[in-house]
Amino acid sequence: MLAESGKIDRREMTRALLADRGDLAVIAGLGAPCWDITAVGDHPLNLPLWGGMGAAAMIGLGLALAQPDRKVLVITGDGEMLMGIGALATIAVKKPKNLSIVVQDNEHYGETGMQETATKYGVDLVAMAKGAGFKHTMFVIKPEEVPALRAAIHAGEGPFFAVVKIDASSHKLVLPPRDGSIIQNRMREAILGPAAHHQL
Amino acid sequence: MDPNAIDKAPDAAAAWPDQIYDLLKKHEIRQVCLVPDAGHSRLIKRCLADNEITVTTLTTEEEGIALMQGAWLGGDKAVLLMQSSGVGNCINMLSLSHIHRCPMPMLVTMRGDFGEFNPAQIPMGNATQAVLEAMGTLVKRADTPEDIAPTVDATIRMAFNTFRPTATLIGQRVIGAKTFGKD
Repeated sequence: MLAESGKIDRREMTRALLADRGDLAVIAGLGAPCWDITAVGDHPLNLPLWGGMGAAAMIGLGLALAQPDRKVLVITGDGEMLMGIGALATIAVKKPKNLSIVVQDNEHYGETGMQETATKYGVDLVAMAKGAGFKHTMFVIKPEEVPALRAAIHAGEGPFFAVVKIDASSHKLVLPPRDGSIIQNRMREAILGPAAHHQL
Repeated sequence: MDPNAIDKAPDAAAAWPDQIYDLLKKHEIRQVCLVPDAGHSRLIKRCLADNEITVTTLTTEEEGIALMQGAWLGGDKAVLLMQSSGVGNCINMLSLSHIHRCPMPMLVTMRGDFGEFNPAQIPMGNATQAVLEAMGTLVKRADTPEDIAPTVDATIRMAFNTFRPTATLIGQRVIGAKTFGKD
């Protein structure tokens, strides 16, 4: 799971987190997290975001509140999380037990030319989550910590927040369906059954 | 209502805040998200007192657009309550509604609209309808108390029947403009 840089490989980490996922619903922030969750296995319970930068954590909250018996995982990047950073306060106040947020932190804006993000200069997202009131957090830099990260996502003792420092190199683009209505409605059907398409 | 609050709340005798609450119940709205506005203060209290409605207070209104997307994924109908100044915070995030065809009804109390005292409210208040419509939102105004309930009803129906962002703008003519003692 280590890249040549000595940091965790993003795609192998994603593969490990989503192994034997059960009925886990996954929201991926725009950019590489979407390609990662798709590469390790496109799934009706995946919502890869083609836009709405800064939305991922709050989409996770809305889903977690609507489906309190289902685990919800948000996988996103450091730039996307920084754009919606106020969501940490909003989520910490609501305390959804079934919501986990994992930030794949490569310290760069990967889709736009690898410009540095604030985390490159020491901005500590775990400290910000703790400050907001998250009781359960992890800061992951070693592959041997990933099984505990996966266990925390499935533990249902959230809200849970983790940062994984990952290697900054890019992987092959593996694109999910590009029509968002398909992505949304296949997840709604997976959660609500065919009645989802008749909801008024 | 705090008498020192800067914004105007509806008159205690006004029926429309309770009528909006009744509409939220009729349409089985399960999540209400908001950045507070004095114009919505009584409605917010009614929602907070209702165990069947989950109320989420946001740090910025665009979080509410994302929250409505998540709620709909899980089968919950949601609405966003905000002041017109908050509409400006939502603009790019409204693309989520078009990407996914997600219903997103918004109930907006206007500032910077009719008899406004505060110059800082004018730019966004004057632009509210234009920017919402630029992002493909169906916008209907309610400028009399009697217009509010039917307009909100239509806004909620059109969102969930036709899968898009919709908004009711509740005019400042209804709520009244705070004068900061300069009556």
